[in-house]
Amino acid sequence: MFNALRKLFVELALPALLFALLYIMSANSTNFYFPALSAVLKQFNLLWLGPRFAADVIPSLERLMAGYLLACIAGIAIGIPIGLYKPLRRALEPVLEFFRAIPPVAMIPLLIVNMGFGNSMKITVIVAGAIWPILLNTVEGVKAADHVLNETCQTYGIRGFARLRHFIVPSASPQIIVGMRLGLSIGIVLMVISEMFAALDGLGSAIIYFQRSYEIPQMWSGVMMLGLFGFSLSVLFRWFERWALHWYDGMRDLERHS
Amino acid sequence: MHRVSSFLGLALLALAWELAPRLGWINASFFPPLQNVLQKLLEISSTAEFWGFLLSTVRTWTLGLCLATFAGIAIGLFIGLTPGARRYTHSTIEFLRPIPSVALIPGVILIFGSRYQSGVVLITYAAFWQVLLQILYGLNDIDLVARDTARSFRFSRMGFIRNVAWPTLLPFLFTGVRLAAAMALVLAVTAEMVIGSQGIGRGIVVAQASNATAEAYAYVIVAGLIGVAINGLARVLEVRILSWHPSVRNLGGQA
Repeated sequence: MFNALRKLFVELALPALLFALLYIMSANSTNFYFPALSAVLKQFNLLWLGPRFAADVIPSLERLMAGYLLACIAGIAIGIPIGLYKPLRRALEPVLEFFRAIPPVAMIPLLIVNMGFGNSMKITVIVAGAIWPILLNTVEGVKAADHVLNETCQTYGIRGFARLRHFIVPSASPQIIVGMRLGLSIGIVLMVISEMFAALDGLGSAIIYFQRSYEIPQMWSGVMMLGLFGFSLSVLFRWFERWALHWYDGMRDLERHS
Repeated sequence: MHRVSSFLGLALLALAWELAPRLGWINASFFPPLQNVLQKLLEISSTAEFWGFLLSTVRTWTLGLCLATFAGIAIGLFIGLTPGARRYTHSTIEFLRPIPSVALIPGVILIFGSRYQSGVVLITYAAFWQVLLQILYGLNDIDLVARDTARSFRFSRMGFIRNVAWPTLLPFLFTGVRLAAAMALVLAVTAEMVIGSQGIGRGIVVAQASNATAEAYAYVIVAGLIGVAINGLARVLEVRILSWHPSVRNLGGQA
């Protein structure tokens, strides 16, 4: 009991201190650009715990999820054959290297030209950015599969789909998940930017709208909402990671203690 | 043989890009054939404006990345080597890190407007976390025997950092800086596009807005080439500076 309380204190001490400092220091702020924290919190309460949540956060989340899931599926599906076949890897490596290096934001104007301002453009932007870390990590993970296990599979005549399901995908999964985590944070950035460029709803468009109309406390409350958005998704992802890789973490712990 | 197959992919891509608009599979005014884009690229690369754009993008990138690296190393060493500091800062770091750096865009617009400092701030924020986390991972990885030996010999704090911590940290730092470098380019271009400061990103937006589609594609290719150059540079530096490290020694033997 005492230990749990102590742990809670260690976790919360610094955030609480920072929050209190910010609150007190900004309390009498007369600076137009940096209003008092209390004003921002009031707007947060009015806007984001009110109608704006359904109007902006949900559409953003839908776009992000659509783009991110597509990127995961496509990245893994394309990455596995590239990782398995060496000639294919050799032929595609320079192309992949180039596409990975293009900042995905740079493609937004081109995609607007080709696809217009709709949701499909935004989802494509998210896919175009988030797919690379997933794809490249899948390739690396598949490439690094254990030789002994590979030969064991051959000896036992395990091939085709069974080999994929029982050997390739599990052995590459820690690496694939690293890629998925990178992909998620890139996806969030791209979701926001594509909305800043062209959207009627969504977090990005709301924040840029408040900034342009000089509604400063509202703008900061949007920034706060975006921070919470990113934070909650990363917490959710950590749960997923722990669930998907519990066998791997257990194995590593065993190795470390042996 | 090796060379041939690695050019094959690029050649096929180029061929597809050339033929698809020419044969009318996609609209050439939205997706011009490769030849037109490359011609445009040659054309703009002889203008002073282009080199000005390139220079300011690279400058923003360099400044942001250097600031983030120094801050990451300094704060990382402080948190990692002060007893208890890591436990107290853990929750704060985990909360601040996933905040997308683009959330700062409206803030930096208000402070810096469309000057290049806006981009530097965004880059520094995003790149800082990559470096900091790698430094913290690296400090966790310090050999316990080496640490206790240093303690027995009464190494000073600086001596410990230089002789024990730094060699362990260096490979981790490289990973962090490499990740941060790629992220920094994305944010440099983003800042130019959204905020409108000078640079390649601005070139893309202006070209697209004035219906010069081929020029927009040319600028995107340039952005990609900068990225390729950054990745290449990182790899060369890693092999050079870490040539003594086991993880690179094996790699060098193959290449």
